[in-house]
Amino acid sequence: MRGTVQPGAHPGTMSGSTRGPATVADGPARVAASVLKADAALLAHARAQRSRRERRIVLGLLGALVIVGAFSLAVGAYSLSVPDLLRTLAGQGTQSENFIVLSLRLPRLTLAVLVGVAFAISGAVFQTVLRNPLASPDIIGVTGGASAAAVFGMLVLGFGAVATSLAAFAGAVIVACVIYLLAWRGGVVGYRFVLIGVGVAFMVQGLLGYLLSRAARNDAQGALLWLVGSVSGARWQDISVVAVVLLVLLPIIRLLSGRLRALQLGDDLARSLGVDAERTRLVLLVIAVALAATATAAVGPLAFVAFVAAPIARRAVGSGGLDLIPTALIGALITTVADFAAQHVLPGQLELPAGIITGAIGAPYLLWLLATSNKTGKGA
Amino acid sequence: MTRTSTESVARDVAAPGLNPVGNPAANPVHNSAPSPRTRPRRVIIGFALALALLVLAIVASLVVGTREIALGTVLDALANPDRAKTDHTVILDLRVPRTVVGLLAGLALGLAGGLMQGVTRNPLADPGLLGVNAGASLFVVAGIAWFGVTSSLGYVWFAFIGAAVAATIVYLIGSLGREGATPVKLALAGTALTAAFTSLITIVLLADSETFDRYRFWAAGSLVARGLDAALPLAPFILVGAILAIVAARMLNALALGNDLARGLGQNLITARIVCAVAIVLLCGSATAMAGPIVFVGLAVPHVARWITGPDYRLIIAFSALFGPTLLVAADVLGRVIARPGEIEAGLVVAFLGAPVLIALVRRVKLAGL
Repeated sequence: MRGTVQPGAHPGTMSGSTRGPATVADGPARVAASVLKADAALLAHARAQRSRRERRIVLGLLGALVIVGAFSLAVGAYSLSVPDLLRTLAGQGTQSENFIVLSLRLPRLTLAVLVGVAFAISGAVFQTVLRNPLASPDIIGVTGGASAAAVFGMLVLGFGAVATSLAAFAGAVIVACVIYLLAWRGGVVGYRFVLIGVGVAFMVQGLLGYLLSRAARNDAQGALLWLVGSVSGARWQDISVVAVVLLVLLPIIRLLSGRLRALQLGDDLARSLGVDAERTRLVLLVIAVALAATATAAVGPLAFVAFVAAPIARRAVGSGGLDLIPTALIGALITTVADFAAQHVLPGQLELPAGIITGAIGAPYLLWLLATSNKTGKGA
Repeated sequence: MTRTSTESVARDVAAPGLNPVGNPAANPVHNSAPSPRTRPRRVIIGFALALALLVLAIVASLVVGTREIALGTVLDALANPDRAKTDHTVILDLRVPRTVVGLLAGLALGLAGGLMQGVTRNPLADPGLLGVNAGASLFVVAGIAWFGVTSSLGYVWFAFIGAAVAATIVYLIGSLGREGATPVKLALAGTALTAAFTSLITIVLLADSETFDRYRFWAAGSLVARGLDAALPLAPFILVGAILAIVAARMLNALALGNDLARGLGQNLITARIVCAVAIVLLCGSATAMAGPIVFVGLAVPHVARWITGPDYRLIIAFSALFGPTLLVAADVLGRVIARPGEIEAGLVVAFLGAPVLIALVRRVKLAGL
């Protein structure tokens, strides 16, 4: 947690240095002016340093993403050299190269990147709005609602792939609405939303267990596979849905990020800054739920991507705020690396669902994060 | 390690929202608690009612079912068992075992919930909610899948280890923070822990369809999945846990006053916490091995008990020992009634009965500590 600035540290340092060594002998106006100037310079310097650091990290992440992407496109049962890969991507490949790279591997990679971004941003918005690093959609029951609805569709109603996706989306939205309404008491306080989400999460978990125990063995196994989450078998329809949702919602979040920052300071301060806390929170939560629901509908609940992306980004960039671009890139990196590992970690042609990798790495990381991040008391 | 945790808990005493239980006026959750003068009568009447409810639940569990059997036949089956009669076989081989499993698991979970709320001084403590049962499940699944354990006496040890691991993690997380174990922090840590363990369980299950097939019936929280042969060997563990819980009750009263005062009263805090921890691990581990990871019994039961008894943990523990079995057995009966001719597992029924309790607790104006 070292290197992480607490939310709201900026105004704090500002007001702290305003009470500098000004003497009464100076004219009050001159003192204020000089202090402000010094402050501004200090702040500008700090900001420049931070944005340089952030730019370096973003470039590094982009580079890593390109390398992982190239690997996922080139390596496999039929491997290509880099020039061959570039030639194929430019549309000059042989028929078999075109098929393998453009029809099999590219959709998969694209979907992995997109859902990574969607999960990561959704988790980050949840954690920021609810002011709690543990309150991501996969912990407080929103993704769980999607899972229960999808499994119900699959096992009881015999849904196909498309209908299952729709059911998952609806499940996430319904559960989020239920949590919001139950948490409403002349306003929604973060901790109440979180705890009611916890209660709902356990209820949904119970329902899931019931559905799995009622199904025939093979069907239950298929549902379990869906519950792990996988980007294999990506179709361009799914990809375009996720892409459109991201294209619409990400700019809105970008526009609201100033208000989000105000919200982080607490409702009272936000209100004094002219931000309608309740409405901003609702709008941001709706967007975050839509992102999580879309991603879950496309690939299933990829474990912990939403949970870990923002904390990693926060640690890397070292700001208390919400760093949208690094968070999104880390989400994309997690899903692409997980999918690549899932395809190649077992010998031969055996392939794992990507959710196994994110779960196997995410679960211990979550435990570690729980143990360390709470030292600063931010877990409450 | 113990040092840091004791120190950080010591800070709790000064933390806002953590009132000592002995002061009902300062404690909005329990302002309905009886005044000391009316308490004895209320407790006696409450105890009689609780006992009556327990008997009622047991009778209902023996009588109600897909097959309609009159109470007289039930008594006859218990008094002069005759295996030639189908009704007697149903009673002896199906209904008695599931009732006994429900009683034992409910007792264990109710006591564990009371102990956990006392030792963490947290109104939202529950073996399921704090991830202890999920820890036990993970280790049981690993035992079945990797070590080929099949008997309940075999995997109860895995359940104990898992419960201990999860309890340690959740307690460390809860006590490390600046403001100590706030209800939100503990509950969320427990849920996150459950999510992590569930993910690891899924990984084990996906590779092993045989284990998955057995796991999915057990994980639904069914009282019938195991039968008496698997449950009875675990009864001694629950008995030891229950005795430790009774021993711990007096210590919990001292703990509720805050660390400094408790130490001033000559209470050894470390001993108290260790006794509670051992009891919790024994109770949660055996309940999970017996009936699967069941949530919310341990949450609701101590709250109902506290509502009747007031803040004395000796009484809370005693009432929890009655209410826990009643709740789980009644949930099992309810599951048989609402889904006729099929049935719904007791664990699911309890989850749907218990989640509203949690939500109601959370919706109170202010969530006070215990």
